[in-house]
Amino acid sequence: MRYLPHTDEDITNMLGAVGLKGLDDLFAAVPGDCRFEGTLDLPEAMSEWDLERHIGRLAGRMAVSPEYNLFLGAGSYDHYIPATVSSLLGRSEFVTSYTPYQPEMLQGTLQGIYEYQTLTARLLGMEVATASHYDGATALAEALLMAVRITGRKKAALSRAIHPHYRQVVRTYFAPTGYELLEIPCLETGLTDIDRIGEIRDLAAVALQSPNFFGCIENVQEAADRAHAGGALLVSGFTEALAFGLLKSPGSQGADIVAGEGQSLGIPRSFGGPALGMLASRKQHMRSLPGRLVGQTKDRDGRRGFVLTLATREQHIRREKATSNICSNNSLCALAAAMYMASLGRTGIRELAALNHDKAEYLKNALQKAGCTIRFSGPTFNEFVVGFPGGFDALHRRLLDRKIVAGLPLGAHYPELADYGLLCVTETCSREEMDRLVREVVS
Amino acid sequence: MSETLGTTGLILNEPLLWERGKKGRCGYSMPAADVPQNLLPTELTGDGPDFPDLSEIEVVRHYTRLSTWNFGVDTGLYPLGSCTMKYNPKINEKLAGLRGFAAAHPLLPSVLSQGALRLMFDLERFLAEITGLDAVTLQPAAGAQGELTGMLIVHAYHQAQGKQRTKILIPDTAHGTNPASAALCGYAPVPVPSGPDGILLPEVVAGLMDSETAGIMITNPNTLGLFEENIREIARIVHDRGGLVYGDGANMNAVLGIVKPGEIGVDILHLNLHKTFSTPHGGGGPGAGPVAVRKDLARFLPIPRVVERNGAYELREDFPESVGRVLAFHGHFGILLRAYAYILSMGPDGFKQVSRLAVLNANYVREGLKDVLHTAYDRPCMHECVFSDQNQHEAGITTLEMAKRLIDYGYHPPTIYFPLVVHGAIMIEPTETETKEDLDGFIEAFRSVVREAGENPEVIREAPSRCKVKRLDETAAARNPCLTG
Amino acid sequence: MKKIEEIVLPEELRYSADHEWVGQEGDRARVGITDYAQDQLGDIVYVELPTVGKHIAQGAVFATVESVKSVSECFMPLSGEITAVNGPLSDDPVLLNQSPYGEGWMVLVKPDDPAAVSKLLTAEAYRARLKGDA
Repeated sequence: MRYLPHTDEDITNMLGAVGLKGLDDLFAAVPGDCRFEGTLDLPEAMSEWDLERHIGRLAGRMAVSPEYNLFLGAGSYDHYIPATVSSLLGRSEFVTSYTPYQPEMLQGTLQGIYEYQTLTARLLGMEVATASHYDGATALAEALLMAVRITGRKKAALSRAIHPHYRQVVRTYFAPTGYELLEIPCLETGLTDIDRIGEIRDLAAVALQSPNFFGCIENVQEAADRAHAGGALLVSGFTEALAFGLLKSPGSQGADIVAGEGQSLGIPRSFGGPALGMLASRKQHMRSLPGRLVGQTKDRDGRRGFVLTLATREQHIRREKATSNICSNNSLCALAAAMYMASLGRTGIRELAALNHDKAEYLKNALQKAGCTIRFSGPTFNEFVVGFPGGFDALHRRLLDRKIVAGLPLGAHYPELADYGLLCVTETCSREEMDRLVREVVS
Repeated sequence: MSETLGTTGLILNEPLLWERGKKGRCGYSMPAADVPQNLLPTELTGDGPDFPDLSEIEVVRHYTRLSTWNFGVDTGLYPLGSCTMKYNPKINEKLAGLRGFAAAHPLLPSVLSQGALRLMFDLERFLAEITGLDAVTLQPAAGAQGELTGMLIVHAYHQAQGKQRTKILIPDTAHGTNPASAALCGYAPVPVPSGPDGILLPEVVAGLMDSETAGIMITNPNTLGLFEENIREIARIVHDRGGLVYGDGANMNAVLGIVKPGEIGVDILHLNLHKTFSTPHGGGGPGAGPVAVRKDLARFLPIPRVVERNGAYELREDFPESVGRVLAFHGHFGILLRAYAYILSMGPDGFKQVSRLAVLNANYVREGLKDVLHTAYDRPCMHECVFSDQNQHEAGITTLEMAKRLIDYGYHPPTIYFPLVVHGAIMIEPTETETKEDLDGFIEAFRSVVREAGENPEVIREAPSRCKVKRLDETAAARNPCLTG
Repeated sequence: MKKIEEIVLPEELRYSADHEWVGQEGDRARVGITDYAQDQLGDIVYVELPTVGKHIAQGAVFATVESVKSVSECFMPLSGEITAVNGPLSDDPVLLNQSPYGEGWMVLVKPDDPAAVSKLLTAEAYRARLKGDA
């Protein structure tokens, strides 16, 4: 086996050095009744060539562009990943290193993550950001638990227009804690009914998502004002990080904690993971943040360097009193996001976000002209809810045979939106592909 | 040892991203606009984030230089105890980049994602076989999230029994994630002291296990690198009193094909695919932490679950007793794929050999150092060995200083100051993919450091001297945190 | 680290077995951590103090002190109400290392039992305990 370097001679010599005769003697400490004496029921070892063929076949059974036209977003977005990002991210000094507990020999990861934290804070309009979390959903759950710790209150309210899977994850995290979760309903506009915030007392946090699950842009400032009036924190979520190239940042609109998904920033969809949980807050809440943080410092010669810091918040030191149980995060994905943000720059991210918006508006308008119902009339970013003339679900099924995935049917998560669907358009969608969808809908 | 592994290299300086660039540059190939412009209301839009504008070559040079300041498994021996820093096969990286998987949307209809679903279904079966358990969820994103999922299952189990419990037993050698994960589920951790030989004693567990205790979290082999020989007896005690046995599979690399945890009393177990199953650590993640359970606990596993019907695979959510979702989608699929490729590359015999050689390598290092470093427990180890700095106290040299000096010799230091039960711990896990020659080099380097501790302590206190930076001031970083630039 | 003989323990103060000192100031008691405690902890990077007005029982945690890689809890040496805290410590935790009995004081307490201070360990008795510990 090519990953195991020992020759028979090595094994004999090494066993001799430790004073044993056979390899099985190494397991003398394992009692007989704990041993598995059989052979594992696994496929026989494959050569590299066979493996590539086998997995290549499996990969061939997946519907991806360009063979398929996908108008599917809902928390996972198709954005072009520059060759530089894939290439640089593949450098094995980044890929095969461990968490930088020995900072002197991992300055590459540390400076890279420090830069990620900085760019994230700037993107979201916040003062500090963590080194990353698993995904947007767990970042949101951790943000809400953080709000509970900060306020000492035991209740949180979630907008119904937050991604349904994110709400499920938050429910999972909250279930054994005894903290209460409430839902804030949506209005006919597709926006969260923020008037309801004032009706609930003793909230630790109010969470909403903007752009929300339906693509609608929420009034974060208004929600923050209402939350603050009752002494609650405003947690602002997101699934499409690219939106903040164009939209006002949540931090500039009164959010106290921002938590969401950074997959859009140079990370392949990869059937849903690994992705990137982004979490940022005001500096005053820095010590309540869960997860790793990189900070700047100096070495003995006074040169700039970076270390993991404020580690006393974390599980390996504070154990059961830690701010979270998180240990490994999605560091490499954070590095990808930093590379992507650096490649775009301020000029580029604004232009790209505007292009995304223009394209989505184009399809929205074309569908409307073709007789489709655009369910919510307010401004949206990249995604919108639509009803097809003959019903959404039937046409959605029929288009699969034409190799078009026309968005996501909404009935399963929103009974009130049965026979409506969520469509998504990004810069990778050409006008021709959108026109084709419109033709199919009309025919 | 006259010459260290390292030699002088060219280490280039590189500023922070925003100390480079010029307004108006862009390192991204912007697609042409093929649709009319459509402006959002200005009250919704901002000026865009304050990012630096960089050209493509600037981005490439920046990250290439940063990468040269890093040390990975591909660079050299990385014997971090409890982290299993084995070689990360290149073919796995290549396969993860296949467009069919890398570009796949997680919400594709089942009929359009059979390749990924089949892979997940098979991987679940493989992991069930390896652990000796019956059902598996691949969803948890990391070991700690696997633990949380496991504790949620324990919580759901006791809830279903009609009476919730309040405590959980956790040995004093456990990883910090164990108590932190249990605490998230409202369980108060009760520390279990290990016995004089470094392993748990049944009578101690029996004395602590009561009707308020939900179960026990056991890492086996434990973090001292010792097999918990009394595991069956301990499991019997916990089961008799209505508790569950949670296995922390962080150290599974020691017992693949040799011990099936499900056959020796473990009810729930998480695996770290980034340790045992060769997926890369990525400078701190992403990893993956699948959880395997006994048949009657399968009903609590997270949703969605992959099910097979007549050769077709689908994701199903109709499991009313499930603990729910722990991640937005179906887990770190890109990592799962790498582990799947690794399992198919190794085969059943390969796995057994992995553990044998991992244990051989650890004992070989232990033998090579035990006359110069104090051994916490003087007995053969499994996949890792634990020493301390006790012999160096007189010279006033600590574990930290020896670790830093090893860097000058071209090795990543072992895990230090863990497990907590050993004062000044040095925890070495070489893994099976290291050659005898590299282990000899490491042993010689460590012995040389120990000699220097006695003869020339100043050179140790100054270490590391050959990195990009000298020893960094962590106190200043924590006193006046500067987390963004 | 300092030898036990080198630990500074002012005679006029009283001490707890958990390494806090107490100084009587009229009907108030000033509380901090001992020279021994600061020396053991090493470079202190953060101090979390209680809110003024809070009543804390003897033996309960009233503050946490952090070094780079450890968190230590400080236990109330006597029951009482917190009447003041040393605000500057939050920004300048190094005071705890530099001047544990002076600028590094932690809280001012109104003891429930005015005689409580005198029931604590003398400098001599505390040093004897340290020797037993060491």
